[in-house]
Amino acid sequence: MDLKKITSIALLITLVVGIQLTTQLTGTSYYLTQLTMTMYSCLLIIGLCLVMGYAGQISLGHAGFFAIGGYTSAALTTTNLLEALERGSGCVGLLNKMGLLVSSTSLFGEPMLTVHPWLACLLAIALTVLVAFAIGIPVLKLKGHYLAMATLGFGIIIYRIVLAVAFLGEADGISDVPGFTLLPGLTVNGDIGNRITNYYIAATILIIGFVLLLNLIDSRVGRALRAIHGAEDAADAMGINTARYKLYTFVISAVFAAVAGILLTHYTGGISPGDAGVMKSVRYVAIVAIGGMASLWGALSMGGLLNFLSLRGFFGSYDDAFFGAILILIMLFAPQGILRLSLWNKFKGGKKEVQ
Amino acid sequence: MSLLEINDLNKRFGGLHAVNSVSFAVNQGDIKAVIGPNGAGKTTLFNLICGALPADSGSVLFNGGQILGYRPFQIATTGISRTFQNIKMFPGMTALENVMVGLHTKSRSGFWSGMLHLPFTRHEEKKVRRRALELLELLDISAYADVEAASLAFGQQRAVEFARALASDPTLLLLDEPAAGLNIYETAEVARLITKIQQQGITVLLVEHDMSLVMDISDEIVVLSFGEHIAEGTPSEIQHNKEVIQIYLGE
Repeated sequence: MDLKKITSIALLITLVVGIQLTTQLTGTSYYLTQLTMTMYSCLLIIGLCLVMGYAGQISLGHAGFFAIGGYTSAALTTTNLLEALERGSGCVGLLNKMGLLVSSTSLFGEPMLTVHPWLACLLAIALTVLVAFAIGIPVLKLKGHYLAMATLGFGIIIYRIVLAVAFLGEADGISDVPGFTLLPGLTVNGDIGNRITNYYIAATILIIGFVLLLNLIDSRVGRALRAIHGAEDAADAMGINTARYKLYTFVISAVFAAVAGILLTHYTGGISPGDAGVMKSVRYVAIVAIGGMASLWGALSMGGLLNFLSLRGFFGSYDDAFFGAILILIMLFAPQGILRLSLWNKFKGGKKEVQ
Repeated sequence: MSLLEINDLNKRFGGLHAVNSVSFAVNQGDIKAVIGPNGAGKTTLFNLICGALPADSGSVLFNGGQILGYRPFQIATTGISRTFQNIKMFPGMTALENVMVGLHTKSRSGFWSGMLHLPFTRHEEKKVRRRALELLELLDISAYADVEAASLAFGQQRAVEFARALASDPTLLLLDEPAAGLNIYETAEVARLITKIQQQGITVLLVEHDMSLVMDISDEIVVLSFGEHIAEGTPSEIQHNKEVIQIYLGE
């Protein structure tokens, strides 16, 4: 890592700590809840930024990957396997012997036996990878509008599935999802007493993910992705397997979305079909666009700001309309993202881009 | 043995026989040009060789191995490099970065090592950067290393494109109308660069419109007309070939 990157990350960490300390001092630590949720959303958004800004592929189906992660983890950690164990299911018995199941009591005092969150998490990621490959291989052959339509179709399919399957709670979604103990003492859950810990867990995971992507775009792979984005046939002639690069990028970004879904679900204790909705996907795309498409920093900052405002109810009932409207405005007036508006450039001392 | 051998190559677009049983060979170390009037099938032939279009029948042997049916990125890994008629610089990237992309097949680091920024990746990155600079120096454009490539003058872009194509250490370089869009001075400069590339021991096959360029630098010339192989020989033989004169001047 070069010095500039290290300094920027150090500043980011300072900001994270600074915000927490400020809320502590001003007695506004209730903000931390929305900030934690915002950071998980940002994890998805920076992953989407990699696909859209760097590989040049649009995805209107990322809420689908978020839902695959969240729903898989939620379903596995809330389904009571006790009955299956008593019925003598070999599979459940084996998992139990291996210590991959956990016993607990439900809200109504019933004994529960569920899949360990770590196992659920890994299975959810594995499923996401499978689905991302299965969707990505045929769909990434498409370009432009066609790719947008196809990924939109994927998003709608996932939405209708979670809405229709009884096992996934239909319109109610899944609630009472237990906490996820990442390491002893570090549990992702919504306990008020655990708020500061959770804030830092989310920040750590987000920053790790962010650094991984920053490294990636600075590497040989990142260069290849930008080449594909700029002139695909020329990239092909340089020996870059363009189809494979696009596919891997798509899968990585799907995993980022799934991890966001898993952690946010354990944090809020539930997931509902709305989280898989197409409007969510549109919102993510809008945020990446506002950030300037090919800018991880832009995606992170805009994702942080807008998600937080949205969660605080700043846009009221017009939440989705707001994101639709900014998508239109950005495309009209600042297709390079809000951070590259000409006003902003003047502010920075008239630094002009080379044409 | 010839480096590239094209046998009985055919390509039809509906009723148009764009490449009609074309056969010829390119000898190691030569500069060979394919010329012909508009619509002669030069570009189609070029695209068949570098895998951008599938052929209907025939064979293309490179170093004795069949490469027909390979995808473009696979062809690049066999030691064949190409340039484009309408220079395709990677937008938003400097001249140096453009050449670094050309070094793709010469470097290894993938998604994992890239994300984790492993020590060997850093080492490789330095090597790639150094080699890219050497190539820019070879083509006398190292002064523009940090300038956005797409903003350079056309002739300079062409030189960057050559450097990018040479980065993969090709044994055969395919040039698609290298003088297209250039003025006479720039064309002369391109001719100089192509000769310089030949001196590096690289075989060159070019498709070209510009007669002065072709006659000056080529060792051998193939003439196509309406998809058919009409004549083949040294520049002076071609200049005195009756059939060729007829095609060009339309007697």
